[in-house]
Amino acid sequence: MSAQKDRWVSSFSFLLFCASFIPMLESASLLQELSPQEYFSSLQAGRASLAYFSHNVSPGAQPFLEQIENSVEALQDYGISVVKINCPKEDVSRYCGKENALRKAYLFRGNMLIREFPTDALFDVNSIVANVLFALLFNEVKYVETLVDLQNIENALKGRSNMVFAYVPATGTAEHRAVMEVAFVYGTVHQFVLTTEATLLKDAGSNEPDISSARLFFCHCQQATDLAQPCRRTPLEQDLTVLNIHRHLKLMGAPLVTEVAENPEKVSTVHLQLGLPLVFILSQKETYEADRRTAEFLAWQLLGKAGVALLSRDLVDLNILLRSNVALKTPDEGVPIKYLVLEDTDEVITLVEDKSKIEQIQEGEDEEDEDEKENDNQDVQDDQVVEAVCRDKKRELPVEQILTLTEETFHSAVLETAQTVVLFYASWEAVSLAVLQSYTEVADHLKGAQGVLLSRVNCWDWPGVCTTENVTQFPTIKIYKKGKQPVTYNGMLGTEELTSFIMLSQVSCPLKLATINEAEGYLRGELPSELSSYHHTSVLGVFSTSMSKAREAFVEAGSILSGHITMGMYFEDDALALSRKYAVSPPALLLSRSGGRSVEGIALSKQNAQDIVQMITYELLDIFPEITVQNLPYYLQLRKPFLILFSDGDIGQMEGKEMLKLAKGILQQPFVSCWMNLKNTPVGHGVLKAYFATVPSLPVLVWVNLHARGQVFKFPSDQSITEVNILSWLEKLKAGLEIPSSTLSEEDWKPPLPAYNFLQMMDTTVPEFILRTSYHHGDRQEQQQPEDSEEKATVREQLPEEAGLKAEKGQSPGRDLRGTAPRLAGREKQAKRHTEL
Amino acid sequence: LRLALCAGALCAAGGAAFLYHDYCVLGAGPSGLQAAYFLQRAGRDYLVFERSHAPGSFFAIYPRHRKLISINKRYTGKSNGEFNLRHDWNSLLSHDPRLLFRRYSRQFFPHADAMVRYLEDFAALLELRVRYNTAIVHVTLDRDPQAWNGHYFVLTDQNRQNYKCSSLLVATGTWVPNVVNFPGSEYVEGYETVSINPEDFAGQTVLILGRGNSAFETAENILGVTNFVHMVSRSRVRLSWATHYVGDLRAINNGLLDTYQLKSLDGLLEGDLEDLAIVKDKKGKLHITLRFYLENRNTSAGIDSITLPQDELDNFATRAPYDRVIRCLGWKFDFSIYNRSLRMMPGRGNKNKYPQIKPSYESRGTRGLFVLGTASHSVDFRKSAGGFIHGFRYTTRAVHRLLENRHHGVPWPSTVYPITQLTNSIIKRVNEASGLYQMFGVLADIILLRENATAFEYLEEYPVGVLAELEAQTGRSAPDGLFVVIMEYGRNFSGADKDVFYYNRAVGEAQHAWQSNFLHPVIYYYKRLPAEREMRLRPPDWPLPRPHAIHHIVEDFLTDWTAPNAHILPLRRFLENCLSTDLRNFFAESCFLFALTRQKQPPFCQQGYARMQGLVGSERLRRHAVEAGLLEDYAVMDFSGDKLPHSHRGSRDQLLEDHVIPVRPLQHLVNAKDE
Repeated sequence: MSAQKDRWVSSFSFLLFCASFIPMLESASLLQELSPQEYFSSLQAGRASLAYFSHNVSPGAQPFLEQIENSVEALQDYGISVVKINCPKEDVSRYCGKENALRKAYLFRGNMLIREFPTDALFDVNSIVANVLFALLFNEVKYVETLVDLQNIENALKGRSNMVFAYVPATGTAEHRAVMEVAFVYGTVHQFVLTTEATLLKDAGSNEPDISSARLFFCHCQQATDLAQPCRRTPLEQDLTVLNIHRHLKLMGAPLVTEVAENPEKVSTVHLQLGLPLVFILSQKETYEADRRTAEFLAWQLLGKAGVALLSRDLVDLNILLRSNVALKTPDEGVPIKYLVLEDTDEVITLVEDKSKIEQIQEGEDEEDEDEKENDNQDVQDDQVVEAVCRDKKRELPVEQILTLTEETFHSAVLETAQTVVLFYASWEAVSLAVLQSYTEVADHLKGAQGVLLSRVNCWDWPGVCTTENVTQFPTIKIYKKGKQPVTYNGMLGTEELTSFIMLSQVSCPLKLATINEAEGYLRGELPSELSSYHHTSVLGVFSTSMSKAREAFVEAGSILSGHITMGMYFEDDALALSRKYAVSPPALLLSRSGGRSVEGIALSKQNAQDIVQMITYELLDIFPEITVQNLPYYLQLRKPFLILFSDGDIGQMEGKEMLKLAKGILQQPFVSCWMNLKNTPVGHGVLKAYFATVPSLPVLVWVNLHARGQVFKFPSDQSITEVNILSWLEKLKAGLEIPSSTLSEEDWKPPLPAYNFLQMMDTTVPEFILRTSYHHGDRQEQQQPEDSEEKATVREQLPEEAGLKAEKGQSPGRDLRGTAPRLAGREKQAKRHTEL
Repeated sequence: LRLALCAGALCAAGGAAFLYHDYCVLGAGPSGLQAAYFLQRAGRDYLVFERSHAPGSFFAIYPRHRKLISINKRYTGKSNGEFNLRHDWNSLLSHDPRLLFRRYSRQFFPHADAMVRYLEDFAALLELRVRYNTAIVHVTLDRDPQAWNGHYFVLTDQNRQNYKCSSLLVATGTWVPNVVNFPGSEYVEGYETVSINPEDFAGQTVLILGRGNSAFETAENILGVTNFVHMVSRSRVRLSWATHYVGDLRAINNGLLDTYQLKSLDGLLEGDLEDLAIVKDKKGKLHITLRFYLENRNTSAGIDSITLPQDELDNFATRAPYDRVIRCLGWKFDFSIYNRSLRMMPGRGNKNKYPQIKPSYESRGTRGLFVLGTASHSVDFRKSAGGFIHGFRYTTRAVHRLLENRHHGVPWPSTVYPITQLTNSIIKRVNEASGLYQMFGVLADIILLRENATAFEYLEEYPVGVLAELEAQTGRSAPDGLFVVIMEYGRNFSGADKDVFYYNRAVGEAQHAWQSNFLHPVIYYYKRLPAEREMRLRPPDWPLPRPHAIHHIVEDFLTDWTAPNAHILPLRRFLENCLSTDLRNFFAESCFLFALTRQKQPPFCQQGYARMQGLVGSERLRRHAVEAGLLEDYAVMDFSGDKLPHSHRGSRDQLLEDHVIPVRPLQHLVNAKDE
């Protein structure tokens, strides 16, 4: 928001600059000191100057002098020069002669005296600027003392132009100066009226005017036709500063209601540019007239606080609820438009005003932010991983458990141990170092484990071995087993996951089970004790002896899933009996969760290893899982909407039961139903905050459509979480009858901050670069060429070379090397065109 | 068909018997052997011709005083073999660790015999196919539309044996001594034959013609025993530490500068050797005069009638007579063996000792003829290291890769990475790559972006002069823009006459990196491949045309560009802004939050977490990230309603505090390295 303000400030100062540019050319030095003769002979028509006369510096004038010197610059912006005139001792002319003339300052336009100022009216810079401009803008700023005067002016303006009416408690104040400075720019557009009479305020709408503070009103007289009625007034709610007044006038100048026929995301108006929200009234053909009236009514209410636009739904294909009638767009970038269903215009007004209230509260904080932004954070690390690793670099990692391998020791180490885990990393790379930390924790867990060697290779020291081991990115974890192809770890880079992977990799996958007892035991989860804590679900493939092809595929699938899960395989003669027990026939999968209490039989219809992998991975997903940071990706891959029950701690029995019923009830669920324990997954608070701005009371059931449109719906808190209620709510969602609580941002991931623009720095400093710049614009020149060549076509036909040369000479003088390249290029092209002719 | 018939066999066509090979390499010096190595590894049909009985015959004679001036740095404190090659100027490239030069000499400036031994071993251990004692005396073309290049190269050796090749790699170096002819030049001894025994110069006064390393090396050798040594040459002395060009005068040879400047009788003079004349008096002393005087004199008169400069100008500098004059003027390429149809032309100006070639090292006159090694130095003469072993070993590899693509359909080797590895792959290369480092401004790594900038393809050490032809030369396509990673010195830093030791010569701050003076990495970004015309019209001294964006990694005292904040962060921002994406790393927890609260994910989460490869991170790191304000800690948050904004502020304050106090106590060290 404030960035916009800045932009706006600069545009305003540019305006001022333009206004004062021409006279400024002549006044090079600031405070001029001249003799009377010099001064009066140098006066130019139409040029304003403020002069004061002195013999020597009289002591009383000292503070005044200081102030007037300080205001030289400010006045110069308005083309007014300040001149100190040194009177010769013997001079007794009009200005120098009299003692009291020396206590005054004189404002001249050309050689005409406009006003004398007693020095006590010019007590500081504000008063000097205010009074001088006041005198110069005599016509543009009318001073009124009575209500009648005001009304007369107002009536005269009706139907013609608007009026800016300002009250200042006294002239010569900062507020007075601000009004005058704005009048200097806008004086020709609006009629300015100034008063110091507080009584005039009573009429101006405020019942109990605070006469100690200045006020400013914009009076909409241009549209007013009824002479009996005063013009509509919009007060400026902020302090009277140049910026605020300018902003106010700009807002008043904007059209009352903007008609929009494009995607509201793309709409930008003065309001948004000035950091105010924009309210869209969503209209339809049938209700257009009424909507237009509503919009205008609302616009008057919100004048100066927000913009109002009328959006025709028939013209724009909007992906929103049919019921929505209002949309709110905030000036903050990246905040999506909110679509709402409101019943009353008051609701809109409260919405906007609340918003601005919140903003005002936050403004204090924001400013800190902005200050920081201006300092440029480009060189401040904003990568959480890099920064975290940097902050930890002083600490020595406990890496004693991990063998450091080199190019020389690598091969022997890999050969010596049954299972060697190698972390390939680069010692300068942050993610590598982060993983190394987890790796030391893994080493800690596996201390004393037989037959496992944890080792590492720093690819920054030993690039050769990393290349031969086909390590192209950091970090890479590989597991080498005697006599087998190394396996690259492709799971989560975390301590638990890696530990489990290493442990489970030790058993062959799939395990060949020899007897039916072994098979049953496997289904009950009987594994070597050291593995039991890493084992969750048993996957047993049952084949009859003849099914070698299916078995091979299953074995291949096993090698892919090795480390992630355990798999068993049974293909003895009595396999049929085993599978019958679970109501399937071979080839089949027997899935046993939670120690064999429930075994599920699934026919293995796929004969391809990849398909089997996919099937097993899918079957391993829970029906109603607790979502954690670690397992979310598995469910995300289903690319379905999520129905999440957020809970602080375990979910209640009732809710759990109902949710499970729901999950089981719908076959081939079109959505993922799950829950999240905020105690285990505190970042869930962040998720809720993103959905609802604050964390609602828990538990809360939320529908999130992650993969399409990103709408978030909240299950009504007044209903109890039962299967029936949820189902009917889901029906309503489907029918589009519910309003989303929010919509997930669709924003792309753009660079967080700009880069150093070295090209630009070089352009401004090194001239040879400019040559390259102009060359670079060659494309544009090529486009311009045709027009150019048509004009001169006749000439060129006769004397192509000469014409080309002439064109070249015709270019701006003061040329140096800069333009050479494009011009030569241009000439080449002309010649070519001629030969084509 | 014809190729198949002739390949490797003795063919008889048109009566003349000849041997056929796909590739013929002339010369078994360092570059010839280097080329042979790559051809052998690729399984190509090639043969190297060497006129001597052993490889590296030039090094058997030269340098005369037997001290190589290429450094043999055995210790760098690093074990990274690729990095160490940056400081090993003698080894050729091979996969065999036995063939590292540090195993052949312990000296920093090794003896030339070590090079001869090294080259012998290189050829023998790698079993390179070299035909010794075979001097190619004539090369001509045999037009044939079926040939790779529209013609075969027909080589004739000293025994009139003919050889036919599809591609000719000329690695003959520059071995023909430069001579000047002036009246009296018959009294001049050549560097090739002059005595290297200092005793032979005892009490003598010597004039040396030339100002290169061979001239100074000769002077260095006799400095201690002569009356004095004078050196004369047209150009002023160029010191390689001032010009950053290893071919200029190396500090190891510059003893004479010392004795000259300290007025120990030795001296340097500038003058055009063409104007010179030498006359011998009756005592056998050699007098310097000017050709001008000789032309005007009466030819019949004796030595006494010759005007000497000191007759007119009695303080003429070289008025003292010399006992010996030695010519040390360097060498040039042997143009004599090529038939005119090959159009082997000498380069222009100071490059006339080299044949004219394109930036792809292919001859300008004949397609299929490539010049390798020292003779190919015209590409980067006085700029980079292409004329020296530590440079041309890489350009030879580049030529080999171009040929593999052109003739065998093997595209330039490349690796495809996900975009998340972009910063890493650049940082890795600029820190260890030796080809980029030695062949600065000539060889560059090319990063070709894949569609949507989700992945990229990395090509190493491509000759940047033919960037416009990249697609044809490498067989890789660049439809979505590219980065060019190259190393450069500051543009106005080095050169003769420049004070390269001035205060604040080193830039320490990343934001002023473009003003870096010492060798540093520069990354150019192009939205599309520059066209031929853009390459041609680039400003002089610029390796590449104007990019769409450019990034300099600030020079580093240790040439270690791995600092997270000064090197990697600005690079990441540059890459992010070119690609318009966010290349930050995130912990799994952040990715989890993004996955549930945003419709789009940053690349790191997309390519890691979403594929179940998230970075979980240790608790300790998580805490650091929270302290840095880059990760919100939801576990300790108080969620009782209105306290929320407060705790939020808390973390923001933390962020501010951490950033307000940048720890830069060593700032002054960064800026002025010599303190």
